[in-house]
Amino acid sequence: MESVPILKIGRTLLVSIQVDLQDHTALQLQEDLADRITSTGARGVLIDISGLEIVDSFIGRMLASIASISRVLDATTVVVGMRPAVAITMVELGLSLGGVRTALDVEKGLRLLDVEEDDAEHLLLDPDGTEAE
Amino acid sequence: MSGPQVGDPEAVPIAVDADVVRVRQAVRALAQTARLSLVDQTKFVTAASELARNTLVYGGGGEAVLTLVSDARRTGVRVRFSDDGPGIADLDLAMTDGYTSGNGLGLGLSGARRLVETFTIDTAPGAGTRIEITSWSR
Repeated sequence: MESVPILKIGRTLLVSIQVDLQDHTALQLQEDLADRITSTGARGVLIDISGLEIVDSFIGRMLASIASISRVLDATTVVVGMRPAVAITMVELGLSLGGVRTALDVEKGLRLLDVEEDDAEHLLLDPDGTEAE
Repeated sequence: MSGPQVGDPEAVPIAVDADVVRVRQAVRALAQTARLSLVDQTKFVTAASELARNTLVYGGGGEAVLTLVSDARRTGVRVRFSDDGPGIADLDLAMTDGYTSGNGLGLGLSGARRLVETFTIDTAPGAGTRIEITSWSR
């Protein structure tokens, strides 16, 4: 059975979807990502969908689920690389991907995750900016 | 029905998960042949994907029949989905955004209708469901 590879770079998991996803492959990816987030302690998940020619309601729901699952597991998901025609179609279909962070490409997505990570570290500092005990 | 068919109909069976992907790919190829714009191709293939999944999940399987069509000035693509499943008792309800009898998002039928130029549905309890969608080149 085909599956989508998950790469780990630093504290980010990178997924690049290059095949026309069958429904069960999409569900498998959701489970694999949840496992990898917990086993690696990853803080970010970057999903590149530039290879996807369509995002229908099933794939859209998978992206929203992955974002929710990773949030619960203390990681942030960013979806990048959506084609313009896919964006137009998704909105007309009625899918808004509410709650899913997006960026135009992998580079911008990684930068977004870096900013999130920096913000999280600042929370560990007290208001005077000194290290918390 | 709009326009005579110009190509031989191509039937794609829908019995397993992988067939939904096969329908998408066959519909994409025909929509390109019909010279739909990229956005219209994407909308049409997305609608076909929703309907193929419905045929599998709610209709218990069936088939998609793809045809290249043309009128005096345009070419188009038409796909007819049919199943011998339970049919739809309350069509108005089934066509409502957000309504689902399964565990989907309830966007399949209503969303697919928005993504294509013409959408016709013929269904009754116990009589299966037949849905035909068509979009044209500009």
